[in-house]
Amino acid sequence: MEQDKKPVKEFVVSAIENGTVIDHIPAQSVFQVIHILNLDKYGNQILFGTNLDSNKYGKKGIIKVTNKYFKPVEINKIALVAPTATLIIIKDFRVIEKKKVEIPDTIETFVQCVNPNCITNHEDVPTKFKVLDKVDSRLKCTYCEKITEKKNMTFR
Amino acid sequence: MKNRSLISIDDFTKEEYFSVLDAAEQFERKPVQNILDGKVVATLFFEPSTRTRLSFESAVNYLGGKVIGFSDASSSSVKKGESLKDTILTVCNYSDLIVLRHPREGSARYASEVGTVPIVNAGDGANQHPTQCLLDLYSIRKTQGKLDNLDIAFVGDLKYGRTVHSLVIAMTNFNCRFHLVSPPELKLPSSVKMHIKEKNLEYYQYTDLSEVIPMADIIYMTRIQKERFSDPIDYEKVKNAYILNRSLLGNTKPNMKILHPLPRVNEINEDVDDLPQAYYFQQALNGLYVRQAILKIILGL
Ligand SMILES: [Zn+2]
Repeated sequence: MEQDKKPVKEFVVSAIENGTVIDHIPAQSVFQVIHILNLDKYGNQILFGTNLDSNKYGKKGIIKVTNKYFKPVEINKIALVAPTATLIIIKDFRVIEKKKVEIPDTIETFVQCVNPNCITNHEDVPTKFKVLDKVDSRLKCTYCEKITEKKNMTFR
Repeated sequence: MKNRSLISIDDFTKEEYFSVLDAAEQFERKPVQNILDGKVVATLFFEPSTRTRLSFESAVNYLGGKVIGFSDASSSSVKKGESLKDTILTVCNYSDLIVLRHPREGSARYASEVGTVPIVNAGDGANQHPTQCLLDLYSIRKTQGKLDNLDIAFVGDLKYGRTVHSLVIAMTNFNCRFHLVSPPELKLPSSVKMHIKEKNLEYYQYTDLSEVIPMADIIYMTRIQKERFSDPIDYEKVKNAYILNRSLLGNTKPNMKILHPLPRVNEINEDVDDLPQAYYFQQALNGLYVRQAILKIILGL
C-alpha cells in the first residue's frame, strides 16, 4: 500500500518556486474552484490533482498556481465552494504562510441568486447575501429572501 | 420607525407591530384626520392590484394627503424600458413616501436602498406583503382580544400562499397552535415550518377541513388555484374539499372568526356571509386603518 501511494505523495509535495497552493479541497469541488477563479484562462503553470487520499477528509483535491497570490474576494470564492481548503503561500520554495479559508458573514456581487424572479436577475443590481450556514454555504438573498445553496450556486 | 421603509414583516419587532396596531385602533375610531395635509404619497403599481391600491389611496385621502402614481406598468415610462432605479429616483423628487407593488421579488428592498424617501412594500412578487400581514394581525387581535394562545387554522393553498407564509411567521412571535389544512400537494413549505419548530410551537397537518372547525379560534381561508397542479385530475379531486359553507359551521367556538385575504372565488360559500363568524369584509376594511397607521408612523406625524 505504501508503495502505491508514493507517486501521489510526490506529486503533492512537488514544489513550486513562487505562488499559492490550495490544499484540502473537497475532491468533487476541484474543477469548480478552477472555474470560479478563472484559472482555466490563467497563463502560468498550474498543477492540480483530485481524489487524493487525505487523512482528514477522505478524498481531497489540490491546486498549485505559480506566481499567483489571491485577493480577499478570490479567497471568499474559494471558501464558498471549498470551505475546508487551506491556502499555502510559497516564496522561494519556502512556505511563508498557511491559512484556512473562511466564509465571511456577507457575500457581495459574485454569486448569482438562484431565484429566476429575483430583481437582481432582471435589473443591474449587484447581489448581496447573508451567510446562514458557513459549513454548507447556505446564502439568503438580501433582496428576494430566497436561499441559494451550494449545490445550485452559480457565479457572476 | 420614522423614515424607515416597511419592506418585510421580519424587519420589525413585536413591539413595533403593536405600535402599528395601536395606532390603527385610533384610526378605526376616527378615520378622517387632516394629518397628511401638504404631503404627497406616490403609489407605483408595476402590476395591477386594485384592492391594495384603492386601500392605500383611500387611506391617504381620508388623511388629507394627495396621491400621484400609476396603476399598471403598461401606462408608464417603464414600458419604454426605464430601470426601476430611475423610476424610484424620479418619483422621490415628487413625493414624501412611495407605495410600491412590483412583480419581481426583492424589488422593494432594492428601491429602499436607492430611494431617498421611505418605501412601503405593497407586494414584491411572491415574497412579502407586510401591510396585508399587519391587517391580518389587527383583525385577529380585534376579534380575539389577544394574539397569543390561539388555535389558528390555515386552509387551502399553504404552499404558494404568500399571505399564509407571512402570517404564520408573524404568529410564531405569539404562543399559538397552528392547524394546517391542505391537499398533500399544497402543504406548508418546510422553510416556513422551520419558524414554528424554532419557537417550539405545536403544529398539526390535516387533509380534512371539518376536523379543525370545532377547535379553531381563527380559520384563515385561501384559494386553491388550478394552475398549481401539474395534473388536472389532482385538482378535480380536491377542488371541492376546501370550501366553507353554512352547514359546516354548526359547531364552532363562540369567538371563532373566518378570515380571507380576498378576492375569494368559491372557497367560502355566499351562504356564510351573513353568519357572525364571517369577518373577511371587515378584515379588508381594517386594511384601511392599518395603512393609515403605517403612513402616520413612517412619516413621523
Ligand atoms: Zn434574490
